[in-house]
Amino acid sequence: MQAHTANNSRGDNPAELRTAPELLLHHAAVRGDKTAMREKEYGIWQSWTWTQMKDEILALAGGLASIGFKRGDKLGIIGANRPQLYWGMCAAQCLGGIPVPLYKDMVAEELQYVLEHAGVQFMLAEDQEQVDKVMEVQAECPALTQIVYDDQRGMRDYDHTHLHSIESMQRAGRELAKAKPDFLQGEIDKNNGSDVGIFLYTSGTTGKPKGVVLSHDNIIVTARNTVAYDSLSDREETLSYLPLAWVGDHIFSYGQAYVAGYCVNCPEDETTVATDMREIGPTYYFAPPRIFENMLTSVSIRMEDASAFKQKMFHYFMGVAKKTGVALINGDDVSAAEKFKYWLGNILIYGPLKNTLGLSKIRIAYTAGEAIGPEIFEFFRSLGINVKQLYGQTEASVYITIQPDGEVYADTVGVPAPDVEVKIADSGEVIYRSPGVFLEYFKNAESTRETKNDEGWVLTGDAGYFDDRGHLKIIDRAKDVGKLNDDSMFAPKYIENKLKFFSQIQEAVVFGDARDYATAFINIDLEAISNWAERNNIAYASYQELAGHPQVYDMILGNIEQVNRDLASDAHLSGSQISRFLILHKELDADDGELTRTRKVRRRIVLEKYAVLIDALYSGKTNCFIRTEVVFEDGRKGSIEGDLKIADVPVFDALAKAS
Amino acid sequence: MGREMDSSNQMTQTPVMEVKNISLSFGGVKALTDISFDIREGEIRALIGPNGAGKSSMLNVISGFYHPQIGEVWFKGVKRPPMKPYQVARQGVARTFQNIALFKGMSTIDNLMTGRINHMKVNLFWQALWKGPAEREEIKHRERVEHVIDFLEIQAIRKTPVGRLSYGLQKRVELGRALAADAQLLLLDEPMAGMNLEEKEDMSRFIIDVNEEFGTTIVLIEHDMSVVMDLSDRVVVLDYGRKLADGEPDEVRNNPSVIDAYLGVSHE
Repeated sequence: MQAHTANNSRGDNPAELRTAPELLLHHAAVRGDKTAMREKEYGIWQSWTWTQMKDEILALAGGLASIGFKRGDKLGIIGANRPQLYWGMCAAQCLGGIPVPLYKDMVAEELQYVLEHAGVQFMLAEDQEQVDKVMEVQAECPALTQIVYDDQRGMRDYDHTHLHSIESMQRAGRELAKAKPDFLQGEIDKNNGSDVGIFLYTSGTTGKPKGVVLSHDNIIVTARNTVAYDSLSDREETLSYLPLAWVGDHIFSYGQAYVAGYCVNCPEDETTVATDMREIGPTYYFAPPRIFENMLTSVSIRMEDASAFKQKMFHYFMGVAKKTGVALINGDDVSAAEKFKYWLGNILIYGPLKNTLGLSKIRIAYTAGEAIGPEIFEFFRSLGINVKQLYGQTEASVYITIQPDGEVYADTVGVPAPDVEVKIADSGEVIYRSPGVFLEYFKNAESTRETKNDEGWVLTGDAGYFDDRGHLKIIDRAKDVGKLNDDSMFAPKYIENKLKFFSQIQEAVVFGDARDYATAFINIDLEAISNWAERNNIAYASYQELAGHPQVYDMILGNIEQVNRDLASDAHLSGSQISRFLILHKELDADDGELTRTRKVRRRIVLEKYAVLIDALYSGKTNCFIRTEVVFEDGRKGSIEGDLKIADVPVFDALAKAS
Repeated sequence: MGREMDSSNQMTQTPVMEVKNISLSFGGVKALTDISFDIREGEIRALIGPNGAGKSSMLNVISGFYHPQIGEVWFKGVKRPPMKPYQVARQGVARTFQNIALFKGMSTIDNLMTGRINHMKVNLFWQALWKGPAEREEIKHRERVEHVIDFLEIQAIRKTPVGRLSYGLQKRVELGRALAADAQLLLLDEPMAGMNLEEKEDMSRFIIDVNEEFGTTIVLIEHDMSVVMDLSDRVVVLDYGRKLADGEPDEVRNNPSVIDAYLGVSHE
């Protein structure tokens, strides 16, 4: 194989390589002994070099070919972040096929929809659990014929006529390579950069998921541009722990890794991510705001249990960091005394803290997907961690805007990413054009037309504007921006984000479009509030009981009051102060259809499902009874009922702050 | 679930253990009276009965903790002389306890490593030195223990002191210790007592997987009837130290004397 690589028909100039399989061969030839992937298993980090990974992937590709996988076929991939599943993506691409990664916690119906819609013929499933799920829907998906699985456990008694272990596939692939040594190279050479590379199904805050069709060029060119932008090298270490089906993971753990040749580390289990991260110490890291939020919450909770001296030291130096750290990382001038204090703080607090969080070696970290709370953002930046925001979506192969070093502001999402043009349409909607722009929505020409015009401009669906510094500021989903009855602007997401910045609030849904005043549903953050309950000797038996506790209501009331005070000072949004709220008796859950798999609120579903509660919020009642159907993780259904209290919040005069 | 179908191919008719006419008394209290049954290789054998029926006593006889006044225990076709529990363990019999019996201050890993003690061959001198042969041996045993950790999906609590774990997880660690011992016969004393529904389902899954993947023979004491009926291949019913019935779950379920003594109406 080595010989073939050297004679690669497209030459060895990495900039000319247009697909992941070509890059794989390139890295195997250029940095064959460097670690390409690691996975923690049996308590030890097992690793594969680029050469080993190439052998594994080519063997798997050969195996797939031996059971009839051919150009244009689709390989559904479902499971956790395991090297074998990433190899499956590349193996399918070697044969000119299309990987279709899926969310591993999808329930059978969701899975069936995607498999049927994409016309998936082959499946790569992680373990028995996923195989069972696939088999459950197989009858409804006539195209699906063969299933390959990774973990042997529990698979012994299954009928193996159309079911194969990944080892048996690789054995078959190695046989094939002996019989037809030029076959795979030939297939890889047949790929064009403009061919379809992957289907990524969007989680869909409205309606059914849409299959975003991306070409090899979309992914590889975007990855190449951004690798250059952030000068990522083959020395980076990353942790792959976000869903395979999510475009972010496809770029960070696949596209950019194949372009830059860096090492991707797979955690042992989803419950060990924090420990694994500490062991690896990634240099390049991506996390949605929720993860940064959770880190900060757990730090605060643990500090509250620490001794008085430690607490004092922590708070003192965090104060120093707040003043100096942000200025330092932004490259502003700082006095020598301040620098000394920061240096001392780094030895005593920031260093050990970063080490505990696994953030010691971070060079660049990104957050995207939702707005991040300014305090959370500043907290991490003040520790000297270069966290930046970016704004993107699946249809753009992630990147639309990105924050350049030294120009990082909490309330904006930065300037257009390399090679991306961004404009604000007359309607106020953000539109863009880039090499990463998707080909189409699979089997949905209508949506494609609605989203992408003939000149390649794509509607983001987000309302926003460029500020004086040339940075993009996103207000809300364009279609969610509404008006209150007094004609003032109502941007629910903006307010919800302000609410969610409080550690006590996990999720918020704000209503007000075509109403007289704004109201809110609140989900409490169980971790933060249960810790608070423990410290204050408040007994509770369930989430529901805690959520309905009068003191919890008072605490949330205080938070909302503060948000109202903030809103009062904003000329556009002072009308959308929250007048009434209630705390929901259950957490909004993706299994119940209330959130997407990436944990975004499905507003329409919430509106329908909790119509009674919304009516109550606008009727002056002080409480309301509700019974809700819930779906458990194994698919069974039950119901939760409760009598929810509705509380009023003081609203501030719009000019209160100005006077 | 089709357990009968699944296990018939690996379950042979040879008994791995037979207990013959066992009678055990403590002073005037007769715990067991003339009990006989066999345990076939590769099966899941349940022991049920009301409180005080003698289930745990029976298990203690099998594990060598109690010595019956009358009766014989045959293991792998050989009559077993009176033995100490550790000698029984060396023969390949491992157990878990009704009340968790772990080392609470030790981590999960260390607890599981204790399950390997009967397989450690290096002498005390080398172990104290912990170099050379002792180190190599420990690495070998650690690898086996890591496989058990992977099997039971307890990676996240590898280094957590077991005293800090939830009850359900402690039960799982205890099963792990028994598995680490590489037993051919596994005795589980109420593995699901005090667990919630989800933990019970997990534990059932693990028990089936242990039985199917490693072909381990399992003797199970359990109170939850739906669990027993789903999991086991054959059931022995005890009442006041006597054997009431012995057979496949359906037979036992429909046996009138069992219904009278214990089951009442089957509850889900």
